[in-house]
Amino acid sequence: MKLYFKFAAMHLKSHMQYKASFAMAAIGQLIASLGTLVGLNFIFMRFSEIEGFTHPQALLCYAIVLMAYSLAEFLGRGFDSFAQMLGNGEYDRALVRPRSAIAQVLLSKMEFSRIGKLIQAVFVLAYAIPKCGAIWSLPRIIALVLMVICGAIVFFALFIVNAALTFFTVEGLEFINIFTDGGREFGRYPYSVYGKKVLLFLTFAVPLALFQYYPLLFIIGKSDNIAYMLAPAASTLFLVPSLLLFSYGARHYQSTGS
Amino acid sequence: MRSYLAVFRIRFIATLQYREAALAGIATQAAWGAMEILAFGALYRSEPSAFPMLFSQTVSYIWLQQAFLTMFEVWYWESDISSAIIDGSIAYELARPLDLYGKWFCQASANRLARALLRSLPVLLFSLAAKEPYRLTLPQTFACFGMFLISAALGLGVVTAFSLIVYASLFYTISPSGIRAIISSLAGFLGGSIIPLPFFPAPVRAVAEKLPFACMQNMPLRIFIGDIYGQEAIKGIFLQAFWLLALVGLGKAFISKALSKVVVQGG
Repeated sequence: MKLYFKFAAMHLKSHMQYKASFAMAAIGQLIASLGTLVGLNFIFMRFSEIEGFTHPQALLCYAIVLMAYSLAEFLGRGFDSFAQMLGNGEYDRALVRPRSAIAQVLLSKMEFSRIGKLIQAVFVLAYAIPKCGAIWSLPRIIALVLMVICGAIVFFALFIVNAALTFFTVEGLEFINIFTDGGREFGRYPYSVYGKKVLLFLTFAVPLALFQYYPLLFIIGKSDNIAYMLAPAASTLFLVPSLLLFSYGARHYQSTGS
Repeated sequence: MRSYLAVFRIRFIATLQYREAALAGIATQAAWGAMEILAFGALYRSEPSAFPMLFSQTVSYIWLQQAFLTMFEVWYWESDISSAIIDGSIAYELARPLDLYGKWFCQASANRLARALLRSLPVLLFSLAAKEPYRLTLPQTFACFGMFLISAALGLGVVTAFSLIVYASLFYTISPSGIRAIISSLAGFLGGSIIPLPFFPAPVRAVAEKLPFACMQNMPLRIFIGDIYGQEAIKGIFLQAFWLLALVGLGKAFISKALSKVVVQGG
């Protein structure tokens, strides 16, 4: 843990050497993710609700998923560029060092410019919290916090899955994007609007709905089921198979050579 | 002319080599399109009267958009051109007896076209096999299809010309990622890649439809689905031709101005 903060400070310092370019990247991140938000607002200027969910409720979903995603991206950026690490032999160097390979991949890169997205998510959340029709109470606040933290863990686990798959393909697989980028983009509506089959899949296979749809029902008072409040915690179990896949891949790893 | 065609062919064949990458891309695009359509389906169920076009037209728009993603989206940047500017290999390009703008234009448009040809067919087949309200509807008349082809070709030209202007700005900045992310998302949004332009509020829509971004995917796709037809379609094609000429002229002037000052460090 101490090591982690040391690395974080190191990365932050190196980013701050180029302040203007860092600011540009952060603003770029902010504006680039603005399109979805404006589009969402345009949609709700035309439609008053989607399957019984209001505009602020959709904004709440959007903000939580975006926040979880940008936190995961900020922490797990090393896994995002894992294909390059494999390709250029960086991973081979990590293997010969006396620390766990996963930790080294994790620490190899940290993307502070994701703060742009995070700031946007905070603003939208601040707007949506009073307007979403929830009567706030302690359990509901806990549910909200769990949504963000556990959501970040699930996205993080998806980045690990993506990295693990590159052990087998060397090039990254575009398909996992449907769950990472797609999970973020489609998370602007409660996942239930995509139909029963999609919801089932996002509950039991890739548990994106566990940290978004079910606790949302609890927060806005559509359900009193305490299990829905704790659903995000269950979603973090997804980390287990993803780490298993990664270590399975790592055992079968053959260097690309130099 | 022949040498431009050769550049076009080389790029085309090179892109066709990456079939596995394309396969993963196809699956992603089909799934992405399906999710977008399900979301619009939910909106339609909630409030059918608020829909600015037929539901089947919206469905077709999304499928076509996914099928031709690599052709019309501004964010499919070409790494060869930008790295030529950044790492200085532009010196080789300048030594060739070819007009630089013409070569880059062929190269970039061939890349887009090849990727789209490789990827569009499976997505289109998938969308034609989807079950009823979610199926792609084909144009009813040959005139409509013919105008779609013309409009698509012009759209490809407009995207390429626009992206070349952005590449040319690299002569001045060198730090591409931030600006590029902003430009891609702005152009994409105004071009109807997040939600189709008819879903925009009326005043915004009126402005957006005049911009070059609306001449990229918006025009051909809406001609295909029959949302823009007859006189309006012909006007739209003229607007595309206008923006194509304007952007090519601007890009040429911009690049030749930059080239007159360019200094490549030796080594």
